[in-house]
Amino acid sequence: MSFIDTIVQGVLLGGLYALFAAGLSLVFGIMRLVNLAHGDLIVLAAFLILLLTSALGLNPFLAALIAAPLMFLTGWGLQYFVLNRTLGKDVLPPLLVTFGISIVLQNGLLEAFSADSRRVSIGALESASIGVGSLNIGLMPLMTFLSALAVIFGLNQLIYRTALGRAFRATSDDIVTAGLMGIRPQRVFAMATGLAMVVVTIAALYLGTRANFDPTSGPSRLIYAFEAVIIGGLGSLWGTLAGGVILGVAQTLGAAVNPEWQILAGHLAFLTVLVIKPRGLFPRAVD
Amino acid sequence: MTAMLETRGLKAFYGDFQALFGVDIAVAKGETVAIIGANGAGKTSLMRAISGVLTSEPGMVVYRDEPIGALAAPDVLARGIAMVPEGRRLFPSLTVEENLLIGAYGRKGQGPWTLESVYELFPILRERRNNPATALSGGQQQMVAIGRALMSNPDVLLCDEISLGLAPVVVRDIYAAFPRIRATGASMVIVEQDIAQALKVATQVYCLMEGRVTLSGRPEVLTREQIHQAYFGAPRHELH
Repeated sequence: MSFIDTIVQGVLLGGLYALFAAGLSLVFGIMRLVNLAHGDLIVLAAFLILLLTSALGLNPFLAALIAAPLMFLTGWGLQYFVLNRTLGKDVLPPLLVTFGISIVLQNGLLEAFSADSRRVSIGALESASIGVGSLNIGLMPLMTFLSALAVIFGLNQLIYRTALGRAFRATSDDIVTAGLMGIRPQRVFAMATGLAMVVVTIAALYLGTRANFDPTSGPSRLIYAFEAVIIGGLGSLWGTLAGGVILGVAQTLGAAVNPEWQILAGHLAFLTVLVIKPRGLFPRAVD
Repeated sequence: MTAMLETRGLKAFYGDFQALFGVDIAVAKGETVAIIGANGAGKTSLMRAISGVLTSEPGMVVYRDEPIGALAAPDVLARGIAMVPEGRRLFPSLTVEENLLIGAYGRKGQGPWTLESVYELFPILRERRNNPATALSGGQQQMVAIGRALMSNPDVLLCDEISLGLAPVVVRDIYAAFPRIRATGASMVIVEQDIAQALKVATQVYCLMEGRVTLSGRPEVLTREQIHQAYFGAPRHELH
């Protein structure tokens, strides 16, 4: 039974990694931009939620609801005024600029919030669980996983069922011809990054309520996000969820054998997938 | 007839390379203008410059008395000029219907063209509506590209090399749709290497060579010799 329990915990943990990765996957899928500051933006959103809960005494879920539009605007502005200028044939400028943003964010947060490790308190919900047969499933991990499902389902609906989604895909296919259709790629990219930041806020809510974080927590979140995106196949959102789940299950299995092996097992699973399927499990047909 | 769309001394550049050297053309409302010329004559550059893919000085392209030479493609489209680009350039990750719908993305207001009227113009597209656009035959893809441009309800439709690489029978089917497009009152500018086809549909012809207009006039008054001279830059010699 403990094996099944381990797998279930791993799948639920995978939901958190999928949330870390979904925004990264969305942005990469549309504009081929690798945002090295993604993890730091998650931490920024977590601090924003912390600020709203501690200063205004808000419930963390309500705080996330307020933080989401603020993060959307942050993402929109960041893309429109900064990152759009780095896009082009050369992949190096966006990497360098987002690396720089990552350092600025880490140091800015360090200055504002000190190096102390923080956590967003969510009261009794933290330890609440529901029993399924002989399994005890934590309510927060379950909500994290269901949120990941909802986010990825929602993003897929947006991409495949709306005019904005068509514009995302068309711009990703051919930016010049998209312009001839009246699409303004700069604004489409800004919308995509804005949306990614809404997903980042949801990820930050669960990061902040389930684990401790500090200003330098971003890069390790970025690594999990990257691994989930790459395992799933670049730019595929359901693939990203699968990637997160594989990573989560590998980590919990590793931890079940020896707690020190948790992180290592995740990285080994990532490398194994890369060896067997270098383009990930569900690569996009057109790249 | 007064011109609705004009280029005035249009110069266009790709970096340091100059593709157009002062091109003047005029398109009146409802008129079909054909641009002919050999490969590299500047035909596609002219279309790209009008549509905003290549920008120039503002007054070099004038539309309804407004200088639009420096506007980007979405702004040119918003004013009513749509383009069917060379090579069709359909979006591979979109279905046929989605390709058509994306054509209406920049549309402002109503007009004669809707998904339904495009399907009436090219009935085969209705059958293939859920197929990936790039899975269609070349001719059907060209129909999607034309339908996609029409979905913005343009006042001027630019068609760049729509017969390129297509069988003559397919080209004939595509050109058969032109009278219905013209019946909406739209002006058309077509770039065409098939001179006979161009002369058949055009009300005005411009011949380009090395980025300059070498001949213009109504197709019925142009002689074969004049066109040959303008097209190749040398008098026509009969083979013996």
